[in-house]
Amino acid sequence: MSRVRIPPQLRGEVGGAREVPADGGTVRELLDDLMSRFPALRPQLVEDNEIAPFVNVYVEGEDVRTLDGLDTSVEHGSTVILLPAMAGGL
Amino acid sequence: MVSLAGGYTDWKRSGLPTELPRTLDGEKRQRYSRHVLIPEVGEEGQLKLLDSRVLLLGAGGLGSPAALYLAAAGVGRLGIVDDDRVDASNLQRQVLHSTGRLGDWKAESAKRTLEELNPDVEVVPYIERLTSENVERILADGWDVIVDGADNFPTRYLINDAAVWHDIPLVHGSIYRFEGQATVFKPGAGPCYRCLFPQPPPPELAPSCAEGGVLGVLPGIVGSLQASEALKLCLGIGEPLVGRLLLFDALATEFSEVNLRRDPNCPVCGDSPTITEYVDYVEFCSGRPAHA
Repeated sequence: MSRVRIPPQLRGEVGGAREVPADGGTVRELLDDLMSRFPALRPQLVEDNEIAPFVNVYVEGEDVRTLDGLDTSVEHGSTVILLPAMAGGL
Repeated sequence: MVSLAGGYTDWKRSGLPTELPRTLDGEKRQRYSRHVLIPEVGEEGQLKLLDSRVLLLGAGGLGSPAALYLAAAGVGRLGIVDDDRVDASNLQRQVLHSTGRLGDWKAESAKRTLEELNPDVEVVPYIERLTSENVERILADGWDVIVDGADNFPTRYLINDAAVWHDIPLVHGSIYRFEGQATVFKPGAGPCYRCLFPQPPPPELAPSCAEGGVLGVLPGIVGSLQASEALKLCLGIGEPLVGRLLLFDALATEFSEVNLRRDPNCPVCGDSPTITEYVDYVEFCSGRPAHA
């Protein structure tokens, strides 16, 4: 089980939680578990069966795109951060 | 052939060029005394700040604290790009402006506030929205560092590309509700904004502060971090947030950090760039298929 940090833009899709647990030995399994419980997250995270280009997924502080993408392994107890682009400055 | 025999006096007497080390005058020495006392800054660093030129995109939530601290620090020239007027809903966080300035151009209001704070600072207002058409003219005025406090994706991608092509460090900040992010995109030394987010989200998935709200003090914290990074870059000291994205959560009072890496396939800063001139950034961010 890992802890997934939900960014404020996506909290509406998970009932307002800042962090939710998710299960999976890889990023793909973990996101599948998450999206099966919170289907509204899917269009926000995945595009053409890949991580959407406007969102980053970090496992223990590393961008999984610089590792093995969806096949990146996730150790039990890892912290996973979902990070969509955010434009606000004013 | 020039002889050094006779020392400085003969050198000067014979009309050869001389240069006296620059120093701060008494007034400036007093104003910046708390900087001069820091070994990493000192008189030399303060002179460097007075010679520095920082361009701020936006005189809003992030731009307000960033500009106030950069002006107070004695950054000699501040450019402010903003095409908006002061609105009552801005005053909950945009501390450059005040009730008496409602309806004024933000760039003009910022100039008044900043020059009143520190007359050593020259403020250059640009009452316009940054576009592919005006970006080269604005950058031609010469800037050492850019502070991005924009509120929209087209401007963020545009200034990213311009900063890469002009080799200017870009101090990025963004905010939403209780959470903020900051990083430094330094061309050649780390990733750019496009390495971090190759594409903007479709507009319906990216609420702005105007739609989602923001805690008034949050831009104060993130914009101050941006000012701190900009000062470090001007001074050439410390470890700027290059290759690191700092995340701040005001509700949890928690800072965290993730690593950012340059993408060798990045269309702008990668090994074989495919975007080498300004594109239609509004179209690129509209969710319609973009073209380079």
